[in-house]
Amino acid sequence: MSIRSTVNSAFLAGAVATALASAAAAAPLSPEQAKEAMDKGMEKCYGVAMAGQNDCAAGPGTTCQGTSTVDYQGNAWKFVDGGTCTTMDLPGDRMGSPEPLMRDVPS
Amino acid sequence: MNELTAHPDSHASGACRFPAHAIAGLAGTSFKHEHLPAILAAGRQHGFFEVHAENYMGAGGPPHDALTRIRRDHPVSLHGVCMSIGGPQPLDKAHLGRFKTLVERYEPALVSEHLAWSTHDTTFYNDLLPLPYTQATLGRVADHVDEVQQTIGRPILMENPSTYVLFAESTMSETAFLRELVRRTGCGLLLDINNVFVSATNHGYSALGYLADFPLEHVGEIHLAGHAEQSDDEGDLLLIDSHDGPVADAVWKLFDRVIGQTGPIPTLVEWDSAIPDWPVLKAEAAAAQAILDGYARGFIQGKAHAVG
Amino acid sequence: MRSVEHNEGLAALSYADDFVPALLDPQRTAPTAVCGPNGKAARKRYNVYRNNVTVSLINALAAVFPATQRITGVDFFRAMARSHVRATPPASPLLFEYGREFPDFIERYEYAAQIPWLADVARIERAWLDAYHAADAEPLKPEALAAIAPERLADSVLTPHPSTRILRSRFPAVSIFASNRGDGPVGPIEAATSEDALVTRPGLEVIVRRLPPGGAVFLAHLAQGGALVAATAAAFEKSPQFDLSANIAGMIEAGAFSAIVHGD
Repeated sequence: MSIRSTVNSAFLAGAVATALASAAAAAPLSPEQAKEAMDKGMEKCYGVAMAGQNDCAAGPGTTCQGTSTVDYQGNAWKFVDGGTCTTMDLPGDRMGSPEPLMRDVPS
Repeated sequence: MNELTAHPDSHASGACRFPAHAIAGLAGTSFKHEHLPAILAAGRQHGFFEVHAENYMGAGGPPHDALTRIRRDHPVSLHGVCMSIGGPQPLDKAHLGRFKTLVERYEPALVSEHLAWSTHDTTFYNDLLPLPYTQATLGRVADHVDEVQQTIGRPILMENPSTYVLFAESTMSETAFLRELVRRTGCGLLLDINNVFVSATNHGYSALGYLADFPLEHVGEIHLAGHAEQSDDEGDLLLIDSHDGPVADAVWKLFDRVIGQTGPIPTLVEWDSAIPDWPVLKAEAAAAQAILDGYARGFIQGKAHAVG
Repeated sequence: MRSVEHNEGLAALSYADDFVPALLDPQRTAPTAVCGPNGKAARKRYNVYRNNVTVSLINALAAVFPATQRITGVDFFRAMARSHVRATPPASPLLFEYGREFPDFIERYEYAAQIPWLADVARIERAWLDAYHAADAEPLKPEALAAIAPERLADSVLTPHPSTRILRSRFPAVSIFASNRGDGPVGPIEAATSEDALVTRPGLEVIVRRLPPGGAVFLAHLAQGGALVAATAAAFEKSPQFDLSANIAGMIEAGAFSAIVHGD
């Protein structure tokens, strides 16, 4: 039996009917409803700064970052220590062997 | 009101989307999204908000919703930061088109850009880079200002930059350059007093002397901001236009002198990095407003300077 | 046009050509045309611009890819971002457009080779920002689907909502993204080895969902203009356990589409 012969109009109509029965209560807010919700309580997305903003400020106190010729990336493990990737313990994780890479160590 | 910076009279046609809130004599702040809940909760502010045009050049979403809410109740100043008007190459037509669309959509009380460049060839460097002041660069910048003004159908204010280097080939002062730019294009000026202080310190000239040469009668807006201190190759003080803290006392003093001379001019407190809670930024604007109000009385009976 | 000034020659307008080469290349020396006052040196002065360019662009990437940064830690991320900024500076003045090539860069970045799922997390973050700035549109209402006559459902075509993005991953990228996007504690990730993502913004909030088996194939077919019957068949071919009604309910809840067009 081919898949195409199974996916016929009756099958689609049945699936849509089932879907609508479950989706009706969970449909997303329309822009009007969303604005209404905003007016009442402010959505959380406004609590964050815009990502990738243009501004006209200069960056102080970080002069070395623009001119460093060292990639200071050699001992990757040393730097990764600050992140969450060492605590996530993923299935099949390849981060199980913390051997430092010894190239380009900053002098 | 400066006719150069006056809102175009589109209201007679009934085409406007927003009320025309007056901006004369007001202090304002940068608009940052993280402040929106506090601003809306506090209700309509006595002041204006300035936004960086590029952050509203997306198609839709929260940025436009937020700016619409702000614009409904307040005058808004549209401040372009990367038109690259000071660059030698032709303006980016697509960017110019986006800028025009924003001007039409939000009907800002003020529109401004920088005497600087940020794009060269096809790379955007995301900084306000300096240019030499010569007849050749003046001609090119004037062409660019003409093109922007013709595209959006209204004059713009050009902002004096903060700079860290000088060009050996420059043949005129920054103030002479700006004065001639105004004469050729009919643009107005955005006087950034922090930039004046930063550049004057960095290049060893007097900020008061610069202001004495500055064509104050064409100033349609003033910027104030915080700066940071570093040192140059010789170990001398080098100021950085960092916008990450309160306005320095020396800059407040210069501002007071300018307003004493010109009368109230719309004044913005910029804060772009290490952004504080809304009450802190609002308090900086209130300090500027107090100075504007302090001089307002004396300028009401026709004593105002040409644009005040 | 002001032809008089233009006739002064191109040399007078070469300042940008001279200024930019060293901005993103620390091996090059500062341009000779710039100086401090009274002939003072300008090396550190020029470095201010180098620094502004480099740091502001790294900061832009950090703002677009916060979960990626949290996973690697700030130092690793900034070093990786700086390599990318120098190799691929932005071509658009709109910073929210920056970083499109960053996930591919991460995939090739040798020091991130031990975090092979990092690029897919970055892809979800880039899609998040695209959805954030996408055009506003009404999501498809269930009634619109209900109004289609059963015999015309098979040929129906759906218009994707402008914010909709579908991403496929060999890794549990959605779970990793979700647990690192905020400030909450990150413990072991209990997830299947592959997760596909659906990113939508039906109103003002961007929502990232994990798609059920076959869901990515189904939605991608529909988003590319395929008819409902073809999308369904493709999904079954990919995943025999594909649940059509659950996927239709999910796509409506997510607001992945904005309109439905009857088949001819």
